[in-house]
Amino acid sequence: MLRDNTSKVVFIGGILIIAFGFFAPNWIVNQLMFGFSRALAILGLLVLWRTGLVSFGHAFYFGLGAYTVAILDIQLGVTDVFLRLFGGACLAGLAGFLVGFIMRNYRDIFFAMLNTAISMVLYGIIVKTESLGSTDGFAISLPTIFGVAPETKYPLFVVITVIAMVSALLVNFYLKTTVGRLTTPIRDNEIRVEYLGFSVAHAIHLKYTMSAILAGGAGALMAMSLGQVDPDSMINWTVSGELVFITILSGPGNVIAPFIGSLVFEVLRTYAFELAPHLWQLIVGGTFLTIIFFLPGGIWSLIVKFGRNKS
Amino acid sequence: METFLTILLDGLQFSSYLFIVSAGLTIIFGVMKILNVCHGSFYAWGAYTSAFFIGKFSEMGMPDGWGFLVILASAIVVGLVLGFLIEQVILKHMYHRDEVLIVLATFGLFLVLEDVILIAFGTDPYFAYQPMALLDSVEMGGIVRDVYGLTLIGVAAMVAIGCWFLLNKTKWGTILKAVIFDREMGIAMGINVPLVYTLTFIGGAILGGLGGAYIAPTISVAPGLGTEVIVLSFAVVVVGGMGSIMGAAIGSLIIGLLRALAVHELPQVELFVVFAVMAVVLVFRPEGLFAPAKPRKI
Repeated sequence: MLRDNTSKVVFIGGILIIAFGFFAPNWIVNQLMFGFSRALAILGLLVLWRTGLVSFGHAFYFGLGAYTVAILDIQLGVTDVFLRLFGGACLAGLAGFLVGFIMRNYRDIFFAMLNTAISMVLYGIIVKTESLGSTDGFAISLPTIFGVAPETKYPLFVVITVIAMVSALLVNFYLKTTVGRLTTPIRDNEIRVEYLGFSVAHAIHLKYTMSAILAGGAGALMAMSLGQVDPDSMINWTVSGELVFITILSGPGNVIAPFIGSLVFEVLRTYAFELAPHLWQLIVGGTFLTIIFFLPGGIWSLIVKFGRNKS
Repeated sequence: METFLTILLDGLQFSSYLFIVSAGLTIIFGVMKILNVCHGSFYAWGAYTSAFFIGKFSEMGMPDGWGFLVILASAIVVGLVLGFLIEQVILKHMYHRDEVLIVLATFGLFLVLEDVILIAFGTDPYFAYQPMALLDSVEMGGIVRDVYGLTLIGVAAMVAIGCWFLLNKTKWGTILKAVIFDREMGIAMGINVPLVYTLTFIGGAILGGLGGAYIAPTISVAPGLGTEVIVLSFAVVVVGGMGSIMGAAIGSLIIGLLRALAVHELPQVELFVVFAVMAVVLVFRPEGLFAPAKPRKI
């Protein structure tokens, strides 16, 4: 699994970042945590994006993961980080698997819109239900790790980084398997893929379920690192838009791209809020348009270009 | 009986403004095949512009009746300026790109325009109650209604008739239908398709602005206005069938009445019901209830 360059970079980079986090000030650790949590969801969207599918509703799975953590914490008193993550990812994955039976027949804007509709159904339910926290949401206690309640956020950061690393390696591995290689061909010509003897519907279903699991895990990790969940920052359609934005910003070139993209997004957000609180959306929207127009391959294409010039 | 009438009128009013906004969205989609997320911004800009100037004119001591002129003027100005700029500067260069990418570009535009509103108008809400106060209220069937709200239904009906007339009884309508049916063949027949696109986008934008401008006196015009309306009009357009005016009308009636029913009888499901309908329609009839199924082009 560790034979190609990407895996090596992910593996070594992950270890270096964990070591770096030990010495880094708190705010940097926080940024990295948020960035890596969100990057998990982007990994899933990357797989879909390579297939030519854009979901304008993956906040559904993101929110499902986050709210599972909240319910596990408040109703059942589950504090263990792995149990919470497992719960969030599994529920989202199950939902994704079931929804996938319908979703695998949809393409283009119909795919995007059906996802939006489903995520807004969940949004509508949560916003109007008192017992699910309504518009206020819930506060979530800091998770325990192997039964130990950590003093700082550093252990949680290590867990998140390791999970992110493992997911990136797994997705990278998946993209190299036969089913995984069917991403771009499906985008280019479905009929040919069918003639080759593969089921497009099955391939898309698998990718969709994967992206749901990853988005659920991302939501669960995000909820734990933020310490709270609420519908407007977890499930509303603008959150789905944000996820798509980061996917485009990162570029579909490589599994490392989502991590870079998410970090850039976090930094952009932090500085935008500090320098010009009212211009946040303007900056994001402007960047979005610039990327679509001038950098269709996202940040990753810049890195590739830079690497080529050097060697 | 009174509850029933209230639900019916609330629903009709809600449907009316949804229809005005969605008609613009569906025309743009029908002709240009663009799912225009920044339609929500046209709505918000219309609302802000009309609320701002109604307030200003009233301060200057102009008669309140001018408010209606202001509403119409803001819709047209917003549609002309924003529609023309966006189509010419951004969208024109994207027609050869993937449909989904164009949606994303309009989403980026939506974000930008949301903040430009904040810069232009500030974060404080605006209240432009004058036109509503002018028209007073009326008692019918035991309930008291604002006349202004009822005129909204009339405006929506006028928009519907206007669209129908334009599409079916004028030369312009024939040209539009030709472009919708087969763009390339239209070009071959000598239709100036880029011009049709620009005018269509401006026309759709004016309708979006009109929805916002007309509703402004009945609400507090505050940030985040466009975010809610755009997903609602997506729901309408999807339910009715993308690209069909008739569909937009039926879709907004279904969504508007259902939501009014939910608000009065079971407030918990208010939003749920709208998007559940949208999801169900997409699952069982993806092309919408009223759009004819298209033959697949290979």
